[in-house]
Amino acid sequence: MSLLSFTLAVLGCSILAGLLGALTGLGGGVVIVPVLCLLFKIDLHYAIGASLVSVIATSSGAAAVYVREGFSNIRIGMFLEVATTLGASFGAYLTATVSGNWIGILFGVVLLYSAWASLHKVDLEPTMTQPDSLALRLKLMGSFPTEGKDEVYTAQHVPAGFGIMFVAGTLSGLLGIGSGAVKVLAMDQVMKLPFKVSTTTSNFMIGVTAAASAGVYLSRGYILPGLSMPVVIGVLVGSLIGSRILVRAHVETLRVVFSIVIVALGAEMIFNGLTGRL
Amino acid sequence: MTEQRDQRLEVAMGRMLQIGVILAALVVLAGGALYLKHFTGSVPNYHRFEGAPVAYRSVRGILSGMRSLDGQSLIGFGILLLIATPICRVLFGVIGFSLLKDRFYAAVSMTVLIILVLSFVIRR
Repeated sequence: MSLLSFTLAVLGCSILAGLLGALTGLGGGVVIVPVLCLLFKIDLHYAIGASLVSVIATSSGAAAVYVREGFSNIRIGMFLEVATTLGASFGAYLTATVSGNWIGILFGVVLLYSAWASLHKVDLEPTMTQPDSLALRLKLMGSFPTEGKDEVYTAQHVPAGFGIMFVAGTLSGLLGIGSGAVKVLAMDQVMKLPFKVSTTTSNFMIGVTAAASAGVYLSRGYILPGLSMPVVIGVLVGSLIGSRILVRAHVETLRVVFSIVIVALGAEMIFNGLTGRL
Repeated sequence: MTEQRDQRLEVAMGRMLQIGVILAALVVLAGGALYLKHFTGSVPNYHRFEGAPVAYRSVRGILSGMRSLDGQSLIGFGILLLIATPICRVLFGVIGFSLLKDRFYAAVSMTVLIILVLSFVIRR
């Protein structure tokens, strides 16, 4: 295979990964890493390096759109980024001490969890609880317009949310992904923030989280320019197309189909990790 | 009142991120074109981990490679722009929250910025 056809093949797969990532809401990184490892037999460290760069691109590219909608909360995002960047630095450090096979197994587990979480989006009715005093002091609250009036919300269980965010950051740094599913878990399920606020703020945080492990990835040589090029461009283009489709089409059936793909990828990553092929 | 000003800060951040990504993507594409055009030989072996060449592992190496119009260095520069984009967003937060006289959140943003800078300075 010539370099041009190799690059085009990676580009095509990256566009598909970006599309799939956007439509399932999991992000492109979580899809492109197993594709690069399993399909192209690329070393896991190179795959997570290219993926990490693409994650920064898609997060930043989408943020402009989300910000305009007025759902993302920059205070909550910035506060929790203290936890995710610390976690990401730790995760990136771990990539050299944990073997590729273990990273692959963990990757598979995260894929399976993400697929499960994306299918079980329970939009909890906001229960009226006592406003968390810590959240009030830290101004972890906000409002967004809904049906003509403003809906006000305040974060709950701040320390637990902060802790899970550290774990989300660690996974991001260790696996080269945005780990949006875990970030949403922390905000939506634990901190009881409205779902729309959780997903858009999570996206907002992903770029900064990934940037915290980029320095380590770069100096360790995980980021290959020649390989990263088609991956970054492809995932970015794919996710932009995906988010356009999301606005227009009814995607419930697609979501189920894609989740099956994600489960298959996750299972194969675990299998390859267990049998020592990564 | 504060809500409106918050919103303005958010929109400014969003626009900054968008410009950063577009710029970075264009540089990566230009570098990619150069790389593919001047490449000779077979597809590099990515099956086994050897680490990227030293020239692509540091800001200094990438910048010096750009002077000789090396395609991969230009891609590397685009990647650096991409990494810098969210970091600039945090810097924006430090300035923005200071202007809003929200000292606590200016400090929070500063903390994130320091963690990011340290992650580049401390190499392990």
